[in-house]
This record gives sequence, C-alpha cells and structure tokens, in this order.
Amino acid sequence: MMNAALEIRALRKTYRNGFEALKGIDLTVAEGSFFALLGPNGAGKSTTIGIVTSLVNKTSGKVRVFGHDLDRDIQEVKRNIGLVPQEFNFNNFEPVGEVVVNQAGYYGIPRQEAWKRARHYLGELGLWDKRKEMARTLSGGMKRRLMIARALVHEPRLLILDEPTAGVDIELRRSMWEFLQNINCDGRSIILTTHYLEEAERLCRNIAIIDHGLIVENTTMKSLLAKLDTETVVLDLQAAAPKLPEHESIQLRRIDDLTLEADIHRGESLNTLFQLLDAAQISVQSMRNKTNRLEELFLRMTRSTESGERGIRAAS
Amino acid sequence: MNRLHLHENWTALRTIVLKEVLRFARIWVQTVLPPMVTMALYFIIFGGLIGARIGEMDGFRYMDFIVPGLIMLAVITNSYSNVVSSFFSAKFQRHIEELLVSPVPNSLIILGFVGGGVARGLTVGVAVTLVSLFFSPFSLHSIGVTLSIVVMTSVVFALAGLINGVFARSFDDISIVPTFVLTPLTYLGGVFYSVSLLPDFWQGVSQLNPILYMVNAFRYGLLGTTDLPLTLSYAIIIAFIVGLYLFALVLLNRGVGVRS
Ligand SMILES: Nc1ncnc2c1ncn2[C@@H]1O[C@H](COP(=O)(O)OP(=O)(O)OP(=O)(O)O)[C@@H](O)[C@H]1O
Ligand SMILES: [Mg+2]
Repeated sequence: MMNAALEIRALRKTYRNGFEALKGIDLTVAEGSFFALLGPNGAGKSTTIGIVTSLVNKTSGKVRVFGHDLDRDIQEVKRNIGLVPQEFNFNNFEPVGEVVVNQAGYYGIPRQEAWKRARHYLGELGLWDKRKEMARTLSGGMKRRLMIARALVHEPRLLILDEPTAGVDIELRRSMWEFLQNINCDGRSIILTTHYLEEAERLCRNIAIIDHGLIVENTTMKSLLAKLDTETVVLDLQAAAPKLPEHESIQLRRIDDLTLEADIHRGESLNTLFQLLDAAQISVQSMRNKTNRLEELFLRMTRSTESGERGIRAAS
Repeated sequence: MNRLHLHENWTALRTIVLKEVLRFARIWVQTVLPPMVTMALYFIIFGGLIGARIGEMDGFRYMDFIVPGLIMLAVITNSYSNVVSSFFSAKFQRHIEELLVSPVPNSLIILGFVGGGVARGLTVGVAVTLVSLFFSPFSLHSIGVTLSIVVMTSVVFALAGLINGVFARSFDDISIVPTFVLTPLTYLGGVFYSVSLLPDFWQGVSQLNPILYMVNAFRYGLLGTTDLPLTLSYAIIIAFIVGLYLFALVLLNRGVGVRS
C-alpha cells in the first residue's frame, strides 16, 4: 500500500492563551497530489501547517508524513517536507545565495552540492543574479520566490506553501503556477493555501476547506464544483428591458436598467436562457460569470452563523 | 543520534558555525573592534597611569598582573553577547525557523551557536592579547592550561548566552544579564586584584563567584601564579558546561521561546 504524503488524525491545538485553533481535524493528502487547503482568515490553516512542520507543538492527535510518525520519527518527517511559510522568515542580513545554501547545509548537503542546487533553484525562480545581495533588498515578490527556492533545495517529497502568491503580481503569479505545476509533475506532492480561489481551482485536484478549526469539506475539486447547483451570470443589455420573462430553472433579476443577473440551474443550457431573452425581445451586449464558481461555494460553506462576527467594521 | 546521519550532521554543524562566524565577521566594527579599544583604555588607565602607583601585585608589575584578567573579561563578554544576540535576533526575525523545520538535532543547534560564540570569544581574546603587547611583555607559563581554560570558559559563557537568548523577549532582555551579572562578577572575580588582599570574610564571599576560578586559572596559565587550586577551577568549569548544556537542551527540546 502506498503511504499518503500527509495523514492527519484528530489533530487539536489549544494555544497557551487558551484559544482552541484546531478542534480535531482529519486530513489525508495522497502522494503526488496538488492539494488546496482553503479557509477564511484565522481558520487554522497556518496552525495546521505549523504543526506538520514542527514549528507549533500540537495538543493532541496524530501526524504522519509518508508513513513517518511525527512523534516517533520527527527527523524523517522533517527531511521529507519543504516549507514556504506565510511570513518572511529568512535572515534579512544574509546574502540571498547563503540563505539557500545554509538551508541545504542544515539538511546535510555539502557546500559544493548546495551551491549547485542553489544555482538551479534560484535560477529557475529568477534570483540567481541576486545571490550576492542582502535578502532585505529584495522586493516582496522576490522574497516569496527566495523562500520557494529555499524550501526546494533539499528536494523534499512534500512541498507546503502557505499563501505563496500573496503580494505577487499577475504575470509572476502565472509563472509561479507553471513552476509549481512542473514540480508537481516531477512527482512531488504539494499542499497550498491561498485566498485566490481561482488559483486553487486552476492548480489543485484535491481540496479541503477548514473553518473555525474544523474541516468542513474534503474532496476532489471536480466533485466540489459539481455541488454548485446554480451558476450566476451577469448580462449587460443594449436597451432597458421593460419586463422580465419567467422560467422554472432560470431566475432573472434586475440589477439596474441595463444590467440583469440570471441564476441558471445546473443542467439547464445557456440556449434556454437566450431563447427566453429573445422571446422577451431583450438584446444582450455582453455576458460574464458573476464570480468564480469556487468562490461562491466557499462563501456558502464558511459563512459564519453570527454575521457580525467576521468582517471589517468601519471605524466609528 | 542516528549513525546513518553522522555525515549529514557534521555538515549541518559546520554550516551553523560558519554562518555564525560570518555573522560577527561581517560586522567586525561592532564586534571585534570595540573590545580592542576598551582594553587599550584599561591598559593605559589602570595599568599605565594608576598601576604605576600601585606597585606590585602577587609579585608582578600591576600592568602585567591585570593582563590575563582583562583578556578573560573580553573573552567572557564576547562569547556571551555573540550567542545571546545571534539567537535572539534569529528568534526576532524568525529565521530560527529555518533550523526548527530542518532535521538538525537540538544538540547540534546548541553546539553550532556555542561554536560561533567561542570563535568570537577567541578572536577577540587574540585581538586583545595583541593590544596588550604594547603595554606588557608576553608571558606564557603553560600553554595547555591557558588554552584549555580560555576555550572552556568561552564555552560556559556561550552556553549561558544561549540560555539568555532562549528566554529573552525583547532587546532589553539581552543586555540585563551582561550588565547586572556578568560585568560585576568579572570585576569582582579578581581581574584587578588578587583576592588574597581581601579580608577573610570577603575572600570567602569571592570564592562563591565562579568567574574567580576561571580568571585565576587563566592567570596561572600565563603568569604561573594563582590564589586557588587549579583542579578546583577545572572541576567548576566542567560542572558549569555540563549543567548549562543540559539545561539548554531541555529548553530547546521543549521549544521554550521558539515554538507556540
Ligand atoms: N501563537 C498564537 N497564540 C494564540 N493564538 C494564536 C496563535 N497563532 C494563531 N492563533 C490563533 O489561531 C487561529 C488560527 O490561526 P491561523 O494562523 O492558523 O489561521 P489561518 O487560517 O492561517 O489564517 P490566515 O488566512 O489569516 O493566515 C486564529 O484565531 C489565531 O488568532
Ligand atoms: Mg495563515
């Protein structure tokens, strides 16, 4: 039987201040998968990652990485993981090249080989020319890439990235996606957290959603998206529509004079929508999806019961 | 420690020590130069100006008598402050996490930081010794005693600095111990005088000060004179090394100050 890249059972974490960040989560990440761990701010993503990477002590539960138990074989667990943390955590006063080479050294890779690998990974991430610069002089996006190179230098089988594309521009984000996909194709398992759901939808085959320290969903991206029973499109009209037609599986709403929204039930074809609009003599200028589909699902699953609990309150 | 990984661990240890050495070497103007200037002042003022009026101490010219103690003072404070500031800033900037996620055993993290502290202590020790040559002829009674005592003392204070770094939560916390404990104990540890000059009671009190044993043993190494038995000095230093090392290991294993 093949071992899972990561197996978490009944994992709990109560911080010293008494806050219960994880309330018993179970999670399995198959070897070779590209896995998205999603959840709103404060859900417990970084706490989970912290425990798996030995930065946070767990309160109880089991963690196994490629079959190695965190409690019994921590060195082997560590050897198999590369971490790109959410916050910058390299020495700002160290040259970029040394950040990567030293990390390799901690994994027992001799200096010469370490420089070879640093050249490879820094090169791939467009940072080799910066190897002699102090890390603090890098831009935010470069710092993220430095942390990715650092996480890969010991060639871990499981790469964990905690919001790797935060603060990275669009073009760079796309090249980072490509880079990560290549790494995944080489057989490395990847776990990624992100608040850009488009990113998760595009990259990840498997997904877990965590909210308030509990896993609320753990499935494949495909079957998750299939759960979405309606899709909403926005229609820009050429002229105001006097009256909206009605249909059992398509609901139309007026947003303003020249804008409509249509909730289309799953299984219903777009042709039906256009037949309906034609019959009512409504001519459409353009059409687009209201939101990313995953985003919609995500909001439904994590919407808090007390609506005032989350969100940013305006200063009074 | 797993035999299989002996080679990897050796590489890891060398990496940490090299990184620590490069750290203080890069900022040598802040780390190596100041003790040289301070010591030159000590030599001029206490040794030259005031010392000339004091006459002899334990049969040595006062200037010659204080040289070993002042070298020791420099070694102690630099070993300590190298590790405490390096470890604390690693915590503060969070790059201690680079070590925590890696398979480097905690014992090696300790050895690595201590190695860096000893390197700084000895570098400064040599630099200060060179400065002293302008004021006092170099004398070496026993090279074995001198080297072993200076290295072991440096280890003691590097370990103590590490423990201070583990507990420190702010930049203030890393200067409290050096200011209020280390410097007074060193000054009272017979750097400037022979304890045999003190009244009985104060001699007794002084003997509770571990630094006294280190300074005395080191002075024996250089000058061949001591107020205290050499074996006692070794025993005390070794006891401190073992005790502080075990304490540091327990702290790191528990993740005190570094893992939530
Ligand atoms: N050291 C700590 N002490 C006390 N509480 C903590 C600590 N670290 C995190 N928490 C709390 O645990 C909860 C989960 O935090 P965590 O960082 O895991 O969230 P997250 O899902 O990564 O959020 P984000 O998307 O904002 O990064 C939060 O409520 C946070 O305030
Ligand atoms: Mg987080």
